[in-house]
Amino acid sequence: MRTLRILLALVSALLAPAAAHADQMLIIRSGQDFEGAMLTLQNAIAAQGYTLARVQRVDVGLEARGYKTDKYRVVFYGKAEEVAALAEKHPQLMPFLPLNIAIFAEGDQTLLATNRPGVLGEFFPAPELKPVFARWEKDLLEILEKVREAR
Amino acid sequence: MRPAIPSLLLALLPALSALADDGARLYAQNCAACHGERGSGGIGVPLALPSIRALTTEEYLRRSIRHGRPGRVMPAFASLSAAEVDAIVAHMGSWNPGRPAEYAETRIPGDLANGGKLFQKHCASCHGATGEGGKGTGVTLSRPREQTIMAPALHNAGFLASTTDLQIKAILTQGVTGTPMVSFVRKGLKEQDIDDLVAFVRNFEQSPLARPDAGKPAPEPVLSVESPYDLKTTVANLKRAAETNNFIFIREQTLDEGIVPPGRENHNQQIVYVCNFGLLAQALNTDPRVGLFLPCRFTILEQAGKVTMMASNPKRLSQIFNNSELDEMCEKLTKMYLTIMEDATL
Repeated sequence: MRTLRILLALVSALLAPAAAHADQMLIIRSGQDFEGAMLTLQNAIAAQGYTLARVQRVDVGLEARGYKTDKYRVVFYGKAEEVAALAEKHPQLMPFLPLNIAIFAEGDQTLLATNRPGVLGEFFPAPELKPVFARWEKDLLEILEKVREAR
Repeated sequence: MRPAIPSLLLALLPALSALADDGARLYAQNCAACHGERGSGGIGVPLALPSIRALTTEEYLRRSIRHGRPGRVMPAFASLSAAEVDAIVAHMGSWNPGRPAEYAETRIPGDLANGGKLFQKHCASCHGATGEGGKGTGVTLSRPREQTIMAPALHNAGFLASTTDLQIKAILTQGVTGTPMVSFVRKGLKEQDIDDLVAFVRNFEQSPLARPDAGKPAPEPVLSVESPYDLKTTVANLKRAAETNNFIFIREQTLDEGIVPPGRENHNQQIVYVCNFGLLAQALNTDPRVGLFLPCRFTILEQAGKVTMMASNPKRLSQIFNNSELDEMCEKLTKMYLTIMEDATL
């Protein structure tokens, strides 16, 4: 019976949903080079129903002032109606809008980093915001997974 | 029941195979960003290095995943199930054939005073004077790597909860080939000296390094200052105040620029970006993930006749990065933000 219990425990562990995020930050490595990963990211953002707001070229600003840096950008994205509604009802959220993802080169690979949107639930505990943050997190995980899997 | 067990095991084989696939997938999702796609290392230890494999137990890996390294970027992966942690550890094992190390949990007694002297002489230059670990957590993430490994933090609750005295002794005795960690036997230390060093490192547990904000309530996520001026004047004042405080004005835009068609922007919600490039370069070298809230940004809102300046609070955001090196810098940045916003109201 003990063996059976162990096997059943193993089966239930195998069936448990996979937790994909690492604590409060989401960081993934893409096997694509920077340009490829950036293109994949922008396409994944659009496929998830968001609009690319703009790309902050951090590396360009740093290099212009003599600092050595690898390619480093921050991608901002959002949904127009959602941003407008949230800014109206919850203006304290505005410093965190639009959502963003830092993307930077490491050799011929690329790293992407952002905070887990669920963290915003700790910052802003209003119950009506919880499903918004949960949806952002689900969408973000799908976006990052597409970039991670792209070759 | 007995005859049924082999059948059940056979039925489980596809599931066990799936577990191996899960290990690769979970490693890619949770570990590869810092440790490399195949464990070649980055900001994280090169887990695939044969010498590391030879000195590391599977239990050490499991505990490290569970406890993380507080203040040293590596988070505690509390959300992973035991089966998922096992799958990741099994995947790491697939890089190197052979049995992983095994150590008993035996405690090694030693002379703390002698261990302390030896630590300062032989270990502090890499691991820090108080065992806090090597500096430059950002360097290996996005910049050329000068070393294959960053000296780990030994005075760290996650490390101490994961390792055993015998593992520390083995590392000190053998060194870690392919990293700057040398064998201290070859450097002339006797076994008793090594035991004293092990006891000294283990004794770090008695005086845990606390983060400066430990035990204090979390800072507010948003810094907010009301302006006595209209929105246009406030924006102009903010730009001037930023420049007075050694920041360069980058750009001004509406909150919704780029996500609504041109001409339909809400001009009552403005963003002003400013940057102190020296500070930005320093922050990115400390932790390249800080691009999430840099360059510096202020949001200005006019609502119901009231103008408010807001900024995300770096001191609060620093807590989610799990990087002690970043904390002090973010605290300074918070003060700078407040100074700029207050100057803009004068």
